[in-house]
Amino acid sequence: MTTARADAVLDRLGRVGQFLWSGWAGLAGLALFAALWQAGHERYGDFILPAPLATLAAGLTIAADPAAWELAGQTTLRAVEGFALAAFAGAAGGLAAGYSPATMRLARPILTVLLGVPPIAWIVLAMIWFGSTDGTIITTVLVAATPVVFVGVAEGAVTRDRGLDDMARAFGAGPLARLTTLGLRHVAAFLFPALTVALGSAFKVAVMAELLANTGGIGGALAAARANLDVAEALAWVLIAVTGLIVVEYTLVHPIRSEFERWRNAARPWGVKR
Amino acid sequence: MTRETTGTAPSLTLSGIGHAYLGRTVLDAVDLSLAAGEVAALVGPSGCGKSTLAHIAAGVVEPSRGRVARRYRRHGMVFQDPRLLPWATARANIAYPLRLLGLPRRERRERAEEAARRVALDRADLDKFPVELSGGMRQRAAIARALAIDPDFVYFDEPFTALDVALKRRMQDLVIEAARGARFGALFITHDLMEAVRIAHRVVVMDAQGRGIAGTRAVPSEPGARDDGTVYRLVAGFLSDDPLFRHIHDIDERRTQ
Ligand SMILES: Nc1ncnc2c1ncn2[C@@H]1O[C@H](COP(=O)(O)OP(=O)(O)O)[C@@H](O)[C@H]1O
Ligand SMILES: [Mg+2]
Repeated sequence: MTTARADAVLDRLGRVGQFLWSGWAGLAGLALFAALWQAGHERYGDFILPAPLATLAAGLTIAADPAAWELAGQTTLRAVEGFALAAFAGAAGGLAAGYSPATMRLARPILTVLLGVPPIAWIVLAMIWFGSTDGTIITTVLVAATPVVFVGVAEGAVTRDRGLDDMARAFGAGPLARLTTLGLRHVAAFLFPALTVALGSAFKVAVMAELLANTGGIGGALAAARANLDVAEALAWVLIAVTGLIVVEYTLVHPIRSEFERWRNAARPWGVKR
Repeated sequence: MTRETTGTAPSLTLSGIGHAYLGRTVLDAVDLSLAAGEVAALVGPSGCGKSTLAHIAAGVVEPSRGRVARRYRRHGMVFQDPRLLPWATARANIAYPLRLLGLPRRERRERAEEAARRVALDRADLDKFPVELSGGMRQRAAIARALAIDPDFVYFDEPFTALDVALKRRMQDLVIEAARGARFGALFITHDLMEAVRIAHRVVVMDAQGRGIAGTRAVPSEPGARDDGTVYRLVAGFLSDDPLFRHIHDIDERRTQ
């Protein structure tokens, strides 16, 4: 039994190593991006596009300021609150629609309308309803992120394998047991990619809503940088927002997802993994 | 030791079963009764409703009409395709019905490994996912899953159709052996008369339109005790002399095209 446990530990270490190794590819991509940025800087000058290193320095200066952390924290909190609400609403609605065709038929036109309204219109509406408060930002994020989760989960629920459902029924599984052991597990594979996308758009929409509604946070700082025509500071704030997103994605979303996708990786031959 | 057709209560009784899919009747007035420990092979042309009948008997599908009386303790089921959870290892798949029964993790593991041993699945393969297993190994895992719950009745719905001849024989022997060892009864659906005659105590022929049972024929001696010559002779006799099997032959020719 101990060898089995050791094997399991080794297997997990191997996957962590593989995951870290894949980071090199990401780093190479970022380096290429920085090189293009530098080229742009040398072509257009400091005012239009500050050098990546100068931006990094500005970013570090901001990062050293506790007040800036408060701003970033404010944005993060709003984005995550809206994201959590969207994840919950989208997952519940998607499950209902995936399991009940009638709900799906009702939900589809509503979804089309929601997706058709540009986010900027939601911001204006939310500002009228909530004024310059957290509520404006959270509502905008909720409206922007829910459809993504809804569609992902509904697609997962619709594509569930009914043969497996029959198999479970033959072995005496009731509706609840089938939902928890088969339905949710299948849906999870669709939920996580959708959550990644939703989290990204939650951050972006939060910053945009903050900027337009003038409610502080990173968006507010960007508005101030624009007013002062301080391009380096504006870029530095963008850098900070993107860094935050990448950190969340690689420490949270990717590890969870790869845990769910283990069996898919098992099917791939060596060398093709990731 | 051997099964008693007379005297003991039947393990499964289907009475007046009728079923319709979207208004189209596929089964009507089907009566069938299996003695305790009896292995019955259900044959009939493709599309006559054999799978539907097995699904109704196993409680997967609610019949439109009729009654199902199950007097066994617990049943397992093996389908034509393995129907394994793609995200779970072979071991977890075999243990899946045990999980539904709410058994503790340790016992699930032990009983899954025991069932895997009975179908000659390698221990090393138990940690693999279904995508990493060959077709035969997957079907063996599906059989192990049905055996793991220690059933006294098993439904087989054309379980070996997708396997090659050699593997098919091994799987048939495995079922004969397991049925004798664990003494479970079974409803074994197949379109292969040779398979039916090898495995079963009795061959039940279904009406081509699903209107009841066309007839049944007892197979002499016990499953496992019949050698290949006997099986060939029995099948040839059924096909040439017995009007009951005329339609089976028709369908077999159609299937090979
Ligand atoms: N889920 C279903 N919905 C509608 N029709 C079905 C369904 N399952 C089976 N049928 C139809 O019922 C008939 C009997 O099918 P089945 O029981 O699978 O036959 P068999 O197993 O003998 O080949 C077929 O005509 C088939 O098309
Ligand atoms: Mg069938």
